[in-house]
Amino acid sequence: MLSNIGVILVFLILASSFLIIYNAYLDIKIKDQIVKKIIYNLSLFQITFTILSFFALIIGFINSDFSLINVYENSHTAKPLFYKIAGTWGNHEGSLLLWINILVLFSFLFLVFNFKHNKKFRLYTLIFQNILIIGFVIFLLLNSNPFSLIYPVPLEGLGLNPILQDPALAIHPPLLYIGFVGCSIYFSAAMASMFSEYKGKEFALSIKSWIQISWCFQTLGITVGSIWAYYELGWGGFWFWDPVENASLLPWFAITALMHSVMVLEKRNTLYAWVIILCLLTFILSVTGTFLVRSGILNSVHTFASDPSRGIYILLFLGMMIFTSLIIFFKKYKKESYNFNLKTRETFILVNNWFMIFFLVTVLVGTLYPIFLDVIADVKISVGPPFYNIVIIPLVVPFLFLMTVGPQFKWINSQNVKFYKTTFIFFGAVIINLFIYYFFENYSVLTNLIFIVAIFLILHCFLDAKQSIYKNKKFEYPRIISHLGFGLLVLCIGINHQYSLEVDFNLKIGENKKINNYEIYFENIKTEQNKNYQSVIGNFKLTDFKRNIVQYLDPEIRIYSDPETLTYEAAIKSKITSDFYLTMSNVSRSEYYNIKFQNKPFMIWIWISAFMIALGGFVQLMLKKNEN
Amino acid sequence: MKINISKIIIFSFVVFFLSIFWLGLKKDNNYDTKNIIGNKISNFQLPSIYNNKFISEETLKENKFTLINFFASWCAPCRAEHQYLLNLSNKNNDIKILGINFKDKKNNAIGFLNELGNPYDFVAGDTEGKASILFGIYGIPESILVNSELVIIKKIIGPINPKQYEEILQLIQ
Repeated sequence: MLSNIGVILVFLILASSFLIIYNAYLDIKIKDQIVKKIIYNLSLFQITFTILSFFALIIGFINSDFSLINVYENSHTAKPLFYKIAGTWGNHEGSLLLWINILVLFSFLFLVFNFKHNKKFRLYTLIFQNILIIGFVIFLLLNSNPFSLIYPVPLEGLGLNPILQDPALAIHPPLLYIGFVGCSIYFSAAMASMFSEYKGKEFALSIKSWIQISWCFQTLGITVGSIWAYYELGWGGFWFWDPVENASLLPWFAITALMHSVMVLEKRNTLYAWVIILCLLTFILSVTGTFLVRSGILNSVHTFASDPSRGIYILLFLGMMIFTSLIIFFKKYKKESYNFNLKTRETFILVNNWFMIFFLVTVLVGTLYPIFLDVIADVKISVGPPFYNIVIIPLVVPFLFLMTVGPQFKWINSQNVKFYKTTFIFFGAVIINLFIYYFFENYSVLTNLIFIVAIFLILHCFLDAKQSIYKNKKFEYPRIISHLGFGLLVLCIGINHQYSLEVDFNLKIGENKKINNYEIYFENIKTEQNKNYQSVIGNFKLTDFKRNIVQYLDPEIRIYSDPETLTYEAAIKSKITSDFYLTMSNVSRSEYYNIKFQNKPFMIWIWISAFMIALGGFVQLMLKKNEN
Repeated sequence: MKINISKIIIFSFVVFFLSIFWLGLKKDNNYDTKNIIGNKISNFQLPSIYNNKFISEETLKENKFTLINFFASWCAPCRAEHQYLLNLSNKNNDIKILGINFKDKKNNAIGFLNELGNPYDFVAGDTEGKASILFGIYGIPESILVNSELVIIKKIIGPINPKQYEEILQLIQ
């Protein structure tokens, strides 16, 4: 029953897409500025069908309707309701339906909210977006139908991978999806812009908000994913340069570059071709990332939903997207002339773009090189943190420096900018760095250079904030918040990297272990029975002799029943200045437990600053709304 | 028609990327070492757990057959197969056994062998487990039977069972 409803709804989405394309095509030929009512209605129907189909699947999960293969494979009656719902998008088929939801949602919103813009441009955007929707709906129906039936109906489901049963991970995919799939709308808009010759400032204004929305969500999504890795994977790290993480970082670099250069297009009416390239590239990279993650071509710790047969379809789709966009781009490309003054804001934005592209290429090479080598030479390697650290970290120094100085320049021409204060702040940053050195008694040239530029950026942001409040320049706020967040992020990662303490040892109940000025005492162990897992909880007493504080840490080993899996839950005590992180794992056939203890300074600030980066984007959206 | 070099470069680049992806999809990507029979083992050099000497592939060339067994004191199934290893070393002079102590502490390993008996002619330590990967090991216990030319003739994943024990005896006849 539910299956039939779901499939019918998906077919209705497909039908409305074809009708929208047909009607939009007819309407383009009519030379007026009013989009026909029928197109609005069709879009409204389409979004309704889409949302309903997603609800149908959610209902299947809530009711544990195991006649659906997808529910059977990914759910279980003993699962808490929250995770039953989250299970809807915790698997390939369901997440593809979510993907289609976002494609349709953005298609609808773009049509409704951009009513001020050129009709031809809007209709072309709608056509391209619906071509994308058709592509993905066909993929869903042919290869990954979440409404497929299973007979006989099983009595119980197989359950969801326990390490995915985490609140951070329940919201991580939707956030990322809004971010990545949201890019589709300016992919379509870029194609439409080339077709309808709707360029320049107007075009920039039409896509700007959409870029910001998807950028904010991408930033949030990546951050939440990283938080999940920190709390759940039990390694105490938050970024592993894992291929799947890289796949999410690639579009982020492109979109960050785009977000900056679209401002140049808006203010100076130049860089049009570059903005188009970035619009196309961002979504192409999003789909590439999906391909890499879903096809199973990468061996990664968190490819949860992979299957090579899907890969062929996504690859085909990706190939078509790239070729179509390239051919159209070359056909429509006209040479632009640039005459930028060196000392202008646009020059620095271009510099930002070069850095972003450099980071993008580095991560791309690091991610794809193992695949190339495997295919061509049959050699298996993995590219890990050392590569990225060597290539990326040194460049962070000039990057942050220019990020601080760049915004001090004005658009078009800024001959009269004075740098007394900036120089003063720079020396301030050098002095603060000396204090850090004095406090931690540990030194590394590169890390401390990064400290200097990061502090320089942070302090300068405060100065900028003061000035823009004083002069009532509200439009500067988002930039200051995001840049401040970024400076803080780099600083905290640097401190965290340089001054973390990590030790590994074995303990049994009643023993203690001294590390520097900490002492860890293993008090006892207790077991608990929970709804779908059993847990073994250790009780550890942590004494800090330096500050005379006693704390209790309770790491946990969880034994899930469906499917039978062990997970290790870290005990984490977060404080403003540092995190204590303790995991325990059993050593088989012995009364000893393996303990991993870490002290990570400024951990919580990494999350705060990452959220701050995203916050900047949201503030911009709010300011824009108030303007209207 | 004017041929535009940059266009050609970009297009061939895209074609290259996509075809690599396509080839990558066709490839079996699972890490699998079942098919290593017939391959030669790679060169290695590992410290003995008893003294400061090193054991390398040269040591194995002198033996007619060598069974390379990967074990650890923390590994329960290793205890289960231990009796078969002891039998092999007592019964047969054609086969030598090299034990590679996987991700373990020296003292624990020595204690383990003192408790259960030592079937090994050589015992090498691989504290970090990195060298074992070169042998195509992904979990222990695993055993590899090689001849004097260092070619792998049998691979056993998991503890040695009676059937596999007989097979080893047949192979070295």
